[in-house]
Amino acid sequence: MSDLPATQSTGHSVVALGELKQFVSIMIGKQLFGIPVLQVHDVLGPQRITRIPLSPKEVAGSLNLRGRIVTAIDIRSRLNMPPHDGEHEGMSVVVEDQGELYSLMVDSVGEVLSLDEAKFEQHPATLDGNIREVSTGIYRLDKSLLVVFDVRALLRFQGEEAA
Amino acid sequence: MDELLSEFLTETSESVSELDVELVQLEQNPNDQGLLSNIFRLVHTIKGTCGFLGLPRLEAVAHASENVLGKIRDGNLEVTPDAVTLILESFDRIKWLLSSLEENEVEPEGDDQDLIDRLNHVADGGALDDVAAPAAVAEPEPEPEVEQPAPPRPGEVSLEELERAFMEAPGPEDVASDEPEAEAEAADAAPAEEAVEPDPAPPAPKTEVAVSAPQGVAKQPEQEKQVRESAVANQTIRVNVDLLENLMTMVSELVLTRNQLMQISRNEKDSEFTVPLQRLSQVTSELQEGVMKTRMQPIGNAWSKLPRLVRDLSIDLNKKIDLQMLGADTELDRQVLELIKDPLTHMVRNSADHGIEDGPSRVAAGKSDMGTITLNAYHEGGHIIIEIKDDGKGLDPEKIKAKAIANGLVAESEADALSEQQIHQFIMRAGFSTAAQVTSVSGRGVGMDVVRTNIEKIGGTIELKSTFGKGSTFIIKIPLTLAIVSALIVESGGERFAIPQLSVVELVRASSNSEHKIEEVHGTPVLRLRNRLLPLVSLKRMLRLDESEQETPQETFIVVLQVGTYSVGIMVDRVFDTEEIVVKPVAPILRNITLFSGNTILGDGSVIMILDPNGIAAASGELKMVDEEGKDTARHLTHQSDVSSLLLFRAGGKSPKAVPLALVARLEEIDLATVEYSEGRPLVQYRGQLMPLIAMEEELKLEAEGRQPVLVFTDNERSMGLIVDQIVDIVEDRINIEVRPDAPWLMGSAVIAGKATEIIDAGFYLTQAYGDWFGAAEGDSKEPTAPRRVLLVDDSAFFRNLIKPLLSVAGYDVTTVNHAEAALELCENGAEFDAIISDIEMPGIDGFELTRRLREIARWEDTPIIALSSHTGPRDLDRGREVGFTDYIAKLDRDALLETLAQTIDA
Repeated sequence: MSDLPATQSTGHSVVALGELKQFVSIMIGKQLFGIPVLQVHDVLGPQRITRIPLSPKEVAGSLNLRGRIVTAIDIRSRLNMPPHDGEHEGMSVVVEDQGELYSLMVDSVGEVLSLDEAKFEQHPATLDGNIREVSTGIYRLDKSLLVVFDVRALLRFQGEEAA
Repeated sequence: MDELLSEFLTETSESVSELDVELVQLEQNPNDQGLLSNIFRLVHTIKGTCGFLGLPRLEAVAHASENVLGKIRDGNLEVTPDAVTLILESFDRIKWLLSSLEENEVEPEGDDQDLIDRLNHVADGGALDDVAAPAAVAEPEPEPEVEQPAPPRPGEVSLEELERAFMEAPGPEDVASDEPEAEAEAADAAPAEEAVEPDPAPPAPKTEVAVSAPQGVAKQPEQEKQVRESAVANQTIRVNVDLLENLMTMVSELVLTRNQLMQISRNEKDSEFTVPLQRLSQVTSELQEGVMKTRMQPIGNAWSKLPRLVRDLSIDLNKKIDLQMLGADTELDRQVLELIKDPLTHMVRNSADHGIEDGPSRVAAGKSDMGTITLNAYHEGGHIIIEIKDDGKGLDPEKIKAKAIANGLVAESEADALSEQQIHQFIMRAGFSTAAQVTSVSGRGVGMDVVRTNIEKIGGTIELKSTFGKGSTFIIKIPLTLAIVSALIVESGGERFAIPQLSVVELVRASSNSEHKIEEVHGTPVLRLRNRLLPLVSLKRMLRLDESEQETPQETFIVVLQVGTYSVGIMVDRVFDTEEIVVKPVAPILRNITLFSGNTILGDGSVIMILDPNGIAAASGELKMVDEEGKDTARHLTHQSDVSSLLLFRAGGKSPKAVPLALVARLEEIDLATVEYSEGRPLVQYRGQLMPLIAMEEELKLEAEGRQPVLVFTDNERSMGLIVDQIVDIVEDRINIEVRPDAPWLMGSAVIAGKATEIIDAGFYLTQAYGDWFGAAEGDSKEPTAPRRVLLVDDSAFFRNLIKPLLSVAGYDVTTVNHAEAALELCENGAEFDAIISDIEMPGIDGFELTRRLREIARWEDTPIIALSSHTGPRDLDRGREVGFTDYIAKLDRDALLETLAQTIDA
């Protein structure tokens, strides 16, 4: 949690000229990511997950969220990153896409950031393809960069039928 | 009461109520064309329906008022309060007739000539006063005097006065209440109306007319009832199915939560929650039962068309057949009901055609010459059992065996070892029919496998018992509802799974020192169970739960599953309880895993995957013919309706080819040694005739020996064999032709089962075979054996239900849509129809417009389009011809419809 840019909260937004957008910040490895706050349903701690045999490797399993069945997606696997080492339990961000709920398993979830749209940029052409195809762009923060996830692209991976 | 009649009453009562409101609106907005055409359509439908049901009196009244409305619509008549009043009066008469019909199930005596005369008079352009005046003279009633002051000076009518008018003249109350209002508008200066009423005097006689009319027919007492709403319509309300589905889902959730709570309370003895929980549990169960009931319909609904079917068949086939139906009031979920309707019809048809022998054969066999088909439905456990029994000739095991060998379904050497039960099973395989002749009724060899597939799709099973010479019985076992199923929870590789209880036959515990021992044949585990070898699959291995090769553990549980008649044992580590579960569809990402039919949440709150017995059977090597797409019940139900069966095969070229299964008469495998040549063209002797063989590719050289799969297309008495390399599968999919090539043999390409597939035009090959071989095209003129596809467009569910079976029985393959937009969409997206039958009056795009638009599309330029309407005035005929209708038929004329259809299609 310590490497989250806690300073990037409301104070900054007062001076901003562009439109403000809010993102739930997420850490995976050493990289900061963001998901538009309006798409986020829930943030969950460690959950009991039922494995689904024969499923694509990105699918970690399914879990019960207040009576709804949610498909858990292992974001590290989705981004072709190595699994998290150690005993780390991880957290999840639940998003909704086309009426279905998906729980995105990440290392940790930080606070909600209000970001000035003026600081948004297309991702550099040299960016790793794994990340480029699941994100819409990058925000320049004071101390770090935040990659914005494209939730739909994130959920579009091999094995999924065209919905 | 006759179901048809009560349906009619409900529908018509609704229409009439709607009409009352709309007509009044129309009076306020005389120029609203949309409103007018809707009114016209509703009246038109009532008229048409009455005609169909043989209710002349109702029909006559509806017809007369429709005439008036027609004139108004065409602009020949102004919307005047008088005209509206008169039409409203005719609606009151219709209501009264309906209520009387409801009571006595027959139309009341008498006629409505006076009303009709007046309506006709108005329709002919006459002013109301003309008829009104003599009527007034003829019936000088004192009552009208009471009202007389009111109409001319409506502004001064006090409420009390109106009230009094109501009380004193109960019959024409509509007139009394409408008139002042209408007059008020007229006074607000509507020039058109003034033109009709130049003189303020007429209102008086007009009122009299209204009052005297009902009296003229002398039914004043009944008139009180007339305006009351129909009791039938009141006792039931129509609820959107979606709402019920939603309720059902909520209750299912409640049941799950209840189960969860019960589980917790079981662990905590003597809790203060125990008693309220029990109460909650009971209420939940009752609620569940109640909600389920709302979805329940008697199975008789699915049977209602069968007596007619059997009657027609017995005439066609010249057999005496008695259809007995027992347990018609057995209720089951409407969703399930819909799904078994077609299979049931098919099976009854099969029984009549194949099962029951003709009279002389029956007598020779020592039976009565009257064959009997018995349908019996009853509850057993959580299931519905439906038996279809005939006392016909039964299945001939030898014939089936020979056929199975000929079709390559089984090797000759293996066939002898098969049990009778296993042999019977072949009739449920694709491409199998023992009927020596393909009749128009059945015997296409593509039937029973579809029946089986459909029944298995809803988690049901079908069993067959047959004694040669005595008859056959099909036993269908289906779950009461699809929403809640009871499932066995098992564990394998540390994960738990649910298996629908319906498929589970028994549980066997096998260990190395018990009587049941798992043995291996070349690495494949099998179990000796009651002197039979049961194939086993390891759930762990099938689901790839544990990649590491392990020794078979000391103790294993085997869940014996039955899918159709295929039994398989599933090895699991542990077996838990059974639980009631709600099948929920899996996330879209996981839908291509055919081993799961859904998932659910257990009592302890954990998510569990539900295994699909069909998928397991398929994965374990059997049942390859079951289509891969249809595994997930919950998903499949959503687009069950608009898929068609396609036969996939390979022949020349790389891409797979497909042909609609309905066109294929049968699948044969011919011995190439029997191929003979005439004029250098291959042909075989097939059923005592020469059948030309056509190859997909011109230059194809046939091997000298071996076996070659052939698709047999049949038209009239002639057959044609299309040589293919391999028959791949039968799939159910939407045909959505995306690429239209120039090749004449190709209908187009479509994505089927995830692959670009060429859909071939069977008609091309047929004409090729006939044109070249028989040297004439005369084969076209006779009655077609391949089903002609007909699209029926009608907004009235009533008519769709009436006409569809009529056409189906006549051998047409009918697709119905309820509005023109859907028809256009179908036609634009590559659906194929040999003829289109369309209603004229429809909301949105009407029949004229539909035809005009279709004629603009090159592909539909020449397709026969038949207008179906009870409105057959010369003006309509002209207009119909103008937009391109091939023919124009009265809605009530069943025979003309069939005849015209046969003629236009073959023209």
